[in-house]
Amino acid sequence: MSRGGAIASTLVGLSTALGNALVSETIARKPGLLQSLDPRVKLTGLLALVLAAALSHRIGVILALWLGATVLGLLSRVSLPTLATRVWLAVLLFTGVIALPALFLTPGTPVLSSPDGKLHITEQGIVAATLLITRVETAATLTTLLALTTPWMQILKSLRSFGVPQEFVMMLNMTHRYIFVLAESASQMLESRNSRTVGILSSAAQRAIVARTAGVLMGKSIELGNDVYLAMQSRAFRGDTKLLTGFRMTSRDFLALSGFLLIAMIAIWLGRA
Amino acid sequence: MSYTAVFAAHNVDFHYEQVPALRQLSLTVQTGQCVALVGANGSGKSTLLRLLDGLCFPAAGSISFHGEPLTAANLADNKFFLSFRRRVALVFQNPDVQLFNPTVFDEVAFGPLQMGWSSAEVISRVDAALEMMGIANLRDRPPYRLSGGEKKRVALASVIVLDPEVLLLDEPTALLDPRSQSQLIDLIQNWRGTSKTVITATHHLEILEDIADRVVVLEQGSVTAAASPQQILSDSELLLRANLVHAHRHRHGDLIHSHPHLHSHSKHEHEH
Repeated sequence: MSRGGAIASTLVGLSTALGNALVSETIARKPGLLQSLDPRVKLTGLLALVLAAALSHRIGVILALWLGATVLGLLSRVSLPTLATRVWLAVLLFTGVIALPALFLTPGTPVLSSPDGKLHITEQGIVAATLLITRVETAATLTTLLALTTPWMQILKSLRSFGVPQEFVMMLNMTHRYIFVLAESASQMLESRNSRTVGILSSAAQRAIVARTAGVLMGKSIELGNDVYLAMQSRAFRGDTKLLTGFRMTSRDFLALSGFLLIAMIAIWLGRA
Repeated sequence: MSYTAVFAAHNVDFHYEQVPALRQLSLTVQTGQCVALVGANGSGKSTLLRLLDGLCFPAAGSISFHGEPLTAANLADNKFFLSFRRRVALVFQNPDVQLFNPTVFDEVAFGPLQMGWSSAEVISRVDAALEMMGIANLRDRPPYRLSGGEKKRVALASVIVLDPEVLLLDEPTALLDPRSQSQLIDLIQNWRGTSKTVITATHHLEILEDIADRVVVLEQGSVTAAASPQQILSDSELLLRANLVHAHRHRHGDLIHSHPHLHSHSKHEHEH
């Protein structure tokens, strides 16, 4: 295998992750429908819609929620290509693999049979697989919209205002921030390794390099974590996230929250088995 | 200027697990002094700064701030904690450690927000700090996307915004280009002669005369000399022993000789 194997794919992955993070922060700061709402409304409202998608048993209802989520995304400056590449394709790939056996294993009316008649795709199987894929696509689209249209610190503050323990919120904050520092560090380590490698490395050798890099990063992350906590303490941090933008619910926010909850309840009602 | 002690460290021992970092270190820093801590890598400069910032505590000995013991118990008191953090600020050597917010603005606003200042005050102070450090154009950028020098400026702005009485700077000129280095030195020089106390850890001897009126030499976790920059820089034996200069071997015609090599403004000539 060439040097463009495990090392190169890890480097591409790291660079994509860093790029995606930048895009997310940029979108979150653009003017848009979801961006203009109180983060607590978004968190409650979008999660209520996720719940509705999960509880609904009718494909039509779930597809309507999915369509609604897409329109919401467009009104919030989240483009279709962003949703397609970040959510839809990835979800289709992973959920598709899980849903595939359901086509054959769910008992019911055969729609298509193999020539020897041993394997059948059933009508009920198609419905089960489609339900699974549409549910996951809808849920992933809604949660991605929340992440893309809300600065990370505001999501954390919303979680705190809902009573999520501050230790948990702090851990999330640290993970999010320093994953990029470590990703950059990993990227530099692998690039430096690449620049000093002569000839073609076997797949096993490349995997070993990536594994060793992960080990070194683990040590670095522990040290970095300690230092970051000290740096936060040094600037008077006592465990609670404080933000400049104090959340203030406006009548628009209350209206949006009512809308989200109403749609979620209607979807659950219409989607019952 | 008449001085009163801002920090007093007495016989301080500190170790990382079993490895000693500071041994029997004693040091007094007076209010309004600009002190440079010099020493080779691993001499304990960064550790000392962390102890002075109340981020870790001595295994033996004591440190006091304006006569008040700097202990975990005292810092657990909210009033003392906020007052101390407001008055003492540390700029870490690695700016990545210090930049944990999504944007430069949020980063600089972090300290003032912890102080519980009003939104209007936070915004005006942050804007002033960004202007002062020449990084107003980076306001909405994520810190992890900045260059090393830009990160350092943001890290500086994030503590300057609190207008602290004491500034602890750990290798502040590292990662900075010559122009930014010069601007930083100008900034420190502006603080000299005011009531601000500046303690800078560095191994760049060429900036000592510009940034300090007192130099403290650390060797293996202990203070081995403390004097004016001129006195320290003229003591070649001390500088060699503390690994702050190296023997420079070179040729003048047929004559090959060596002497301590020091890139200081006043020490660039030597006799043969």
